[in-house]
Amino acid sequence: MNILSKVAVIGLVLTTAACTRPDRFGAGAGDGAAGVGAVDPNAQAGLTGANDPNSPLFFNQTIGDRVLFRIDTSTLTEEGKSILNGQARWLQTNADYLAIIEGHADEQGTREYNIGLGFRRANAVREYLVSQGVPATRLRVTSYGKERPIQVCSAESCYAQNRRAVTVISIASLS
Amino acid sequence: MLKRLMILMMALVLGGPVWAQSGPLRLTITDGVIEPLPFAVPVFEAENAEASQLAADITRLVSQDLAGTGLFREVPASAYISQHSAFAQTVAYADWRAINAQALITGAVSVSGGQINVKFRLFDAFSGAEMGGGLQFAGTADGWRRMAHKVADAAYSRITGESGYFDSRVVFVAESGPKDNRLKRLAVMDYDAANLKFLTDSGSLVLAPRFSPTGDRVLYTTFESGFPRINVLDVATVGRRQLTTAAGEMAFSPRFSRDGTQVIYSLANGGNTDIYRSDLNSGSHVRLTEAPSIETAPSFSPDGSQIVFESDRSGSQQLYIMSGNGGEARRISFGEGRYGTPVWSPRGDLIAFTKQNAGRFHIGVMRTDGSEERLLTASFLDEGPTWSPNGRVIMFMRETQGAGGTSSLYSVDISGRNLKPVPVQGGASDPSWGPLQP
Repeated sequence: MNILSKVAVIGLVLTTAACTRPDRFGAGAGDGAAGVGAVDPNAQAGLTGANDPNSPLFFNQTIGDRVLFRIDTSTLTEEGKSILNGQARWLQTNADYLAIIEGHADEQGTREYNIGLGFRRANAVREYLVSQGVPATRLRVTSYGKERPIQVCSAESCYAQNRRAVTVISIASLS
Repeated sequence: MLKRLMILMMALVLGGPVWAQSGPLRLTITDGVIEPLPFAVPVFEAENAEASQLAADITRLVSQDLAGTGLFREVPASAYISQHSAFAQTVAYADWRAINAQALITGAVSVSGGQINVKFRLFDAFSGAEMGGGLQFAGTADGWRRMAHKVADAAYSRITGESGYFDSRVVFVAESGPKDNRLKRLAVMDYDAANLKFLTDSGSLVLAPRFSPTGDRVLYTTFESGFPRINVLDVATVGRRQLTTAAGEMAFSPRFSRDGTQVIYSLANGGNTDIYRSDLNSGSHVRLTEAPSIETAPSFSPDGSQIVFESDRSGSQQLYIMSGNGGEARRISFGEGRYGTPVWSPRGDLIAFTKQNAGRFHIGVMRTDGSEERLLTASFLDEGPTWSPNGRVIMFMRETQGAGGTSSLYSVDISGRNLKPVPVQGGASDPSWGPLQP
């Protein structure tokens, strides 16, 4: 990978992070790379678009960066495992990426418990990725509990989307 | 006389506060129905011309504090037979009795060079006697609300025999922005939502601040690094530092011990959350629970010998009590539904909690053995109780349903009476009620 395309990839990581990362305010992966944010990701989008299986866009959109959970559980569904199989393959191929797995809960539940529950979910994803060959040293887990809903209605249709663990990838050298 | 007797008997039957007197004025607060005790508070005497506005403001706030408890009601000035415009004047007890003002509060305010002086006396109109001696509070003019709260605390305490809670502050999370883009920052305010001051900016997510026992420090959870960590904030300087905890991937849900030297909190490792205790002086850490379940929301008993916490070790969130040093825990919640966020009362006799059952949330109290559970509130989402310094009132957050849902603070008596919003501007959550100020 030449320098130009690497810069483009970084730009894309930042852009996708802004779209998908539920925490828009915390430091996390986004802030650490703020200095590179000036790169226009669209200018180079053709090089690393969703069709490129090694692109972050491919990871986020085609493979899927998140898995969903049933109410008050942290057990991976079969659908979740198949997404994670794809994530694991991608992470093994793209060895200079790290991932932070963010666990989330819906609003049904108290704040502290939901942080613990989100952590369980994130950890379930970590353990599965490790079982599929991703080195544990490249994975970190955190939990936002019920603090970062992506859907705002107070109904199961929204809750189902909010009970999630999101794998947020970033270039190793930036973390 | 007959009417007074009947009210006394009714009060006894219903278990309401008994204020009809056979002896000196005394309001005994118990559970059940209440007839508020009528009091009169004529506008405090302005001892010099500059004091007249302050005298009016202070008088109004004293009245608001007392009436706001739901235990007292003010007899309006329009009903007065005699005026009481001079602090030193003799009390015409019969005139106050005639309008059924059980208690009479009088005061005087003077201002000199930015300093104010507030004098206060309390009279029992039916016994025709003063209750306690006169009191005097001095301070700067911008602290006038505190002096009014102190007058109201003194009146409350002399009439009920319990300490008051008006001169106290609450630290909480001020919220703004839509539900999927919510900004949260720490703020502190008086118990009545006046004098709001922000303690952090909204640059990173903060949760669940907890006052130290003296109100000088605040523990809270911060997502500054993207991973939950505990910060200690000095309220006066707003300086903050990260609490040194045992090693863990996340630390959250902190609370001080009653002597302010220990912090109990949740630490998470490998998907599992347990409770730890750290000593602020020695820097030592002790793990208090060792279970594969979620153990969180710990709260010390007033004497520090025990800790109440929540755990889902039984399969659902329930309340448990263990020794302050950890070890075996006994479950205390057995009702239907899930129980979380337990907080030990300052008197030591009750545990306040959040209960989730059949799609609703409640704030409730139970005895420390789990008996006599009472639910005080019900809504789409009520959560996170905190005790008034005298253990009479609980403040909590209520969140409304749906896409436009917002959080606000409410308070309720432990009897379940007097549920009302705390008038904070903007969204508010996670209150922690500090001590009565010195």
